[in-house]
Amino acid sequence: MKKALSLVLALAMVLSLTACGGKEDGKTTTAAQNEGTTAAAQDEGTTAAPQGETAAGGETEAAGGAKAGVMPAIAKEDLKIGVIHITDPAEGSGYTYTHDQGIVGMQENLGLSDDQIVRKNNVDDSNATEIETAIQECLEEGCNVIFATSWGFMDTCEALADEYPEVIFSHGTGYKSNGVNFNNYFGRIYQARYLSGIAAGLKTESNKIGYVAAMGKDNSEVTGGCDAFAMGVYSVNPDAQIYVRVTNSWFDPEGETQAANALLDLGCDVIGQHCDTPNPQLAAEAAGVWGVGYNSDMSKDAPKAALTSVVWDWSVYYTYAVESIMNGTWTGENYFAGLKEGLVDIAPLADFCAEGTEEKISEAKEKILSGEWDVFSGLIETNEGEVVCEEGQTLDDATITGGINWYFKNIVAE
Amino acid sequence: MNRNANIDSRKRTEPLLRVVKRAELTGRQIVLLRLLAVLLALAAGGLFILCLGYNPVAIYTRILSGATRSPMAIQATAKIVIPLLITSLGVTLAFKMRFWNIGAEGQIIMGAIFASYFALFHADWNHWVLLGAMALAGILGGALWGLVPAFFKARYGTNETLFTLMLNYIALYLISWLQDGPWRDPGSQGFGKIARFDKNASLNKVFGVHCGWIVALVLVAAVFIYLRYTKQGYEISVVGESQETARYAGMNVRKILLRTMALSGGICGLGGMIQAAGADITLTMGVAGGVGFTAIIVAWLSQLNPVIILAVSSLFGILEKGSSVVQSDFGLSTDCADVLQGIILFFILGCEFFIRYRFVGRGHGEKAK
Repeated sequence: MKKALSLVLALAMVLSLTACGGKEDGKTTTAAQNEGTTAAAQDEGTTAAPQGETAAGGETEAAGGAKAGVMPAIAKEDLKIGVIHITDPAEGSGYTYTHDQGIVGMQENLGLSDDQIVRKNNVDDSNATEIETAIQECLEEGCNVIFATSWGFMDTCEALADEYPEVIFSHGTGYKSNGVNFNNYFGRIYQARYLSGIAAGLKTESNKIGYVAAMGKDNSEVTGGCDAFAMGVYSVNPDAQIYVRVTNSWFDPEGETQAANALLDLGCDVIGQHCDTPNPQLAAEAAGVWGVGYNSDMSKDAPKAALTSVVWDWSVYYTYAVESIMNGTWTGENYFAGLKEGLVDIAPLADFCAEGTEEKISEAKEKILSGEWDVFSGLIETNEGEVVCEEGQTLDDATITGGINWYFKNIVAE
Repeated sequence: MNRNANIDSRKRTEPLLRVVKRAELTGRQIVLLRLLAVLLALAAGGLFILCLGYNPVAIYTRILSGATRSPMAIQATAKIVIPLLITSLGVTLAFKMRFWNIGAEGQIIMGAIFASYFALFHADWNHWVLLGAMALAGILGGALWGLVPAFFKARYGTNETLFTLMLNYIALYLISWLQDGPWRDPGSQGFGKIARFDKNASLNKVFGVHCGWIVALVLVAAVFIYLRYTKQGYEISVVGESQETARYAGMNVRKILLRTMALSGGICGLGGMIQAAGADITLTMGVAGGVGFTAIIVAWLSQLNPVIILAVSSLFGILEKGSSVVQSDFGLSTDCADVLQGIILFFILGCEFFIRYRFVGRGHGEKAK
């Protein structure tokens, strides 16, 4: 029964994203602007409203696309926010650090005090009991909002959202939500990856670029990101090839180093990555070649290697979400923002980037920001020769989030 | 000790300190020694906390209050205690027989895997029939995983410590294979995980905690009675003391070995089923989560006495739950909590040593006797 329900919810999400993918009609944008909410709200308003309708049985839908809150407002001084981290923010560079910086940014933006944030660190995302205990400890301390930042927290959040309907659960990555007190947030990181691919494609001399991927082809998030990176490379250097190594773990310091070294042995001279530690960048630096970091600006870890980094600014979402909770405009809708909202970006380019990198990147960035083009638009061919997107077409968001299980034509995978 | 040996040469070769078995201590002395160990442990742990720049008293009180401050906290503590308690009872049976079952971890996992089969593929059965099937499957899974090393030990005299230890890893990677392969949640977009169980396949809650706690308490009584008042329990202790004696008394040692290990593994397996269906509501790599190893410490600390096991595993639960609260309240890393646990264990286990033995300095050999 529960499985069926989650399937329906997932379908609802997928459908809603499909319905709105790529559409940027002037009407809704203006409406959102009139509301005077943050920039992020615009995208939210357009993509997610129908989802609230399907998932919550229509009760959230207000006339004219204006959003109606589905949870009572929580006064600023009554807010208490629990944050569940898979590792410790003190790691200082990767996924958890970046999320925690987002929380810190939100706290500053909204002027919350330190005791309004409860952090649970090192919560093993493969141990359901541990996750539940951590979240319940937050609730015990009076938290009324929970941000769970790792994929594996999803099912427990879903169950607890059911059990504690007065608490708002917001889960990063993943695909489940209930449209009321349990939503899902993520971003168009592929846009930033495309831009970083330009830097990599211009820099490589061996025309071999490595990519350390956390998950294999089945995982659309990782594979789509890798494709976007490869397409960025292709746009400036069609001869270069991307070699992918999969670690099968989001966080595996050892395995990430090993994967990077294997790629370096193949002759790769730029190492891109989708994994949690800066180890691939450190390996590249040790080998005297270059790389593209992920999560935070990894020039702080590998100043001689990192051309740029694909970065998140989670404070954009956290600020938006908590603000909407305070205003009573929380809609329980899923959040999927990108370059335009400032949720994703690339770090400042290193001065050892190839000549002309800056120009090429800002050119592509312009096109994405203006909405005239996005990464998964136009003719896309896989490395197995299949055409997955025709000229003049754009992949919809449902495909981007859940249906990219192919590698772009310049990718070599074992 | 050969008293006629050359005393001078003995003095030269004698180590600075040596260990001598102690005469039996009185019950009161033992209690005092243990109390002293606890105080020393708290003091040493306090010193460690102080070095980190925190107030030890505040941390200790928070550990205690964090584990007991509200019904929700007590429920969470109970959820930590349940698998530890059940598993400790399971390994106790084997240890009483002097069979070094280090494989509780694997037996828990196998129990959980067997039970999960029914939870995943027969979730539409009647709730009680389903739970019954899952419990039986859990017992069967654990018992099988206990029987394999017992069989080889009885038949070929293999080393059960290594055997049971290695079986843990086989069981663990079996889950890894299942979650990445045949049992992968079809909705998980390629991420290796097993779907959350249907509500129908999860244990009912009694007083806010899954009913595994009732099973655990019943097991405490059952194991206590079994070991103390039944013929089979008596056989276990005889085999544990001396297999030769047992054989001489006409006992079928091989049969007792197999039966006891099946029971020991079966109880651990039931613990695994309870953890999967009661607490996790799914099957994950973390289903045993080291409980199988902690249980060994609990069992020995409690001198293999089921009633004391209940108390000791509760203390372990409080320490673990309380540490987790301390982590978020004081920003003290969970690793520090592990160090603290280690310090406390070190002293308490050390005290067991001093109950049986004492150190004798060089040249004090004569007084040792």
